Amino acid sequence: MKPNKAVGIVGYGGYIPRYRIDAAEVNRVWKDSAMPLGRSFKAVPGPDEDTATIAIQAARNAMRMAQISPEKLRAVWFGTESKPYAVKPTSTIVADAIGALPHANAADWEFACKPGTEAMQAAIAMVGSGMAPYAMCGGADTAQARPGDILEYNTGAGGASFILGEAEESLAILEASTSYVTNTPDFFRREGQPYPSHGQRFTGKPAYFHHIRAAVGELLNETGATPESFKYAVFHQPNYQFPLKVAASLGFPKEKVEPFILTSQIGNTYSGAALLGLATALDAAAPGDKILLASYGSGAGSDAFSFTVTERIEEIRSRGVSIKSYLNRTRLIDYAVYARYRGKLRMN
Amino acid sequence: MQIAKSWRRQPSNLRLEGTRCTGCGQLEFPTVIRCAQCGEIEFETYQFAGKGKVIVASTVYEATRDFGEHVPYCAAIIELEEGIHLATMITDVDPADVTVGMEVEMVTRRIAAQGDNGPILYAYKFAPQLQIL
Ligand SMILES: [Zn+2]
Repeated sequence: MKPNKAVGIVGYGGYIPRYRIDAAEVNRVWKDSAMPLGRSFKAVPGPDEDTATIAIQAARNAMRMAQISPEKLRAVWFGTESKPYAVKPTSTIVADAIGALPHANAADWEFACKPGTEAMQAAIAMVGSGMAPYAMCGGADTAQARPGDILEYNTGAGGASFILGEAEESLAILEASTSYVTNTPDFFRREGQPYPSHGQRFTGKPAYFHHIRAAVGELLNETGATPESFKYAVFHQPNYQFPLKVAASLGFPKEKVEPFILTSQIGNTYSGAALLGLATALDAAAPGDKILLASYGSGAGSDAFSFTVTERIEEIRSRGVSIKSYLNRTRLIDYAVYARYRGKLRMN
Repeated sequence: MQIAKSWRRQPSNLRLEGTRCTGCGQLEFPTVIRCAQCGEIEFETYQFAGKGKVIVASTVYEATRDFGEHVPYCAAIIELEEGIHLATMITDVDPADVTVGMEVEMVTRRIAAQGDNGPILYAYKFAPQLQIL
């Protein structure tokens, strides 16, 4: 897919909470769980943080980089599976905080871990059709896992935000995008339930791998590109192994993928994961580089994008906040503090 | 926390919007209805930049019910770059590590929620200025 008018990214920003818990500390409490290989940490939101506050900071960082007037944003769209309100949009809170209201479209998107890239497709269409000079999309989560569940080792927290605008102002121009979606029940959470359910081994081959391979395969077909055409490739990252494995099966070597897998530092940030990976790749990119982004959301689907970095990147990027700034800001906590911060202690 | 009151304060709570007196130029945060300097009642919106430094800080161990889940936390008076003094909470730092003169920046945080069914109040706190790498 491709809009009529060329569109690109005019600013981006991420956010990762300060607190970290070591997977070994989780394992100290739940000894019988299968611990991930290698040293790993996950980001934990503080007691005063949630998806809205994470999305707000990511949006502010994107605005700081883009240096555009907030009234020119015609859409503020955030994707999440951990909404602070079951009914009441998070996006209106974000839009209010950055001064984008009231002449904007604001909505929360939901598609497990890929609502942020669904919103990106829509933002591309909105700008590409001429309906809007700028549109903001993003994803943020403070994912919860049932205590003792294997998911608890890496359910992290974080988010990222992207502002789409006209190609001439962009730091990276969209070449094409694809979406591949099926009705697959690999991972879900029923209304009113605090923790999700997952289909164990069913979450791998027919879900993550099949959908990403299909979306990226279609993108390569449509654009005539090959894995060699890309400098970097960013995949949804529920853990360290999956993105490397799907990359290898598509013909992308490890060195194009591994630097943008943040799971061992911050865990799986769900709706934030692929987008924080893209932000990290843009932090490293040089003019002319092509970057592949492929998200994955259970339920199930993948959105794939090809971006070409422009000459403007260095100037625009220097106004922003690198993802590394947040990766390096850490405060280690133990399981008891984590349990308190994540509301796992019932006080009444 | 009443819904109407917190709704009225959203511009100052979420964006640090204050006022500038059209008579004498005095800046105020939060907003006022009459200028203490010159008596003027006409104001224009003023957007504070959200940067400042700690003037005085202390650690709160006993809080009112709304803030009980956050103790211990740091309550502080800060001076914004624009010269205004402001009472706020300092977050993203261990309370014992907050020092006078520490450079801080505005962040938006979840301040309080009324039980499991009430509205969530989002407003400013200040955090140590992020070291940008
Ligand atoms: Zn005055």
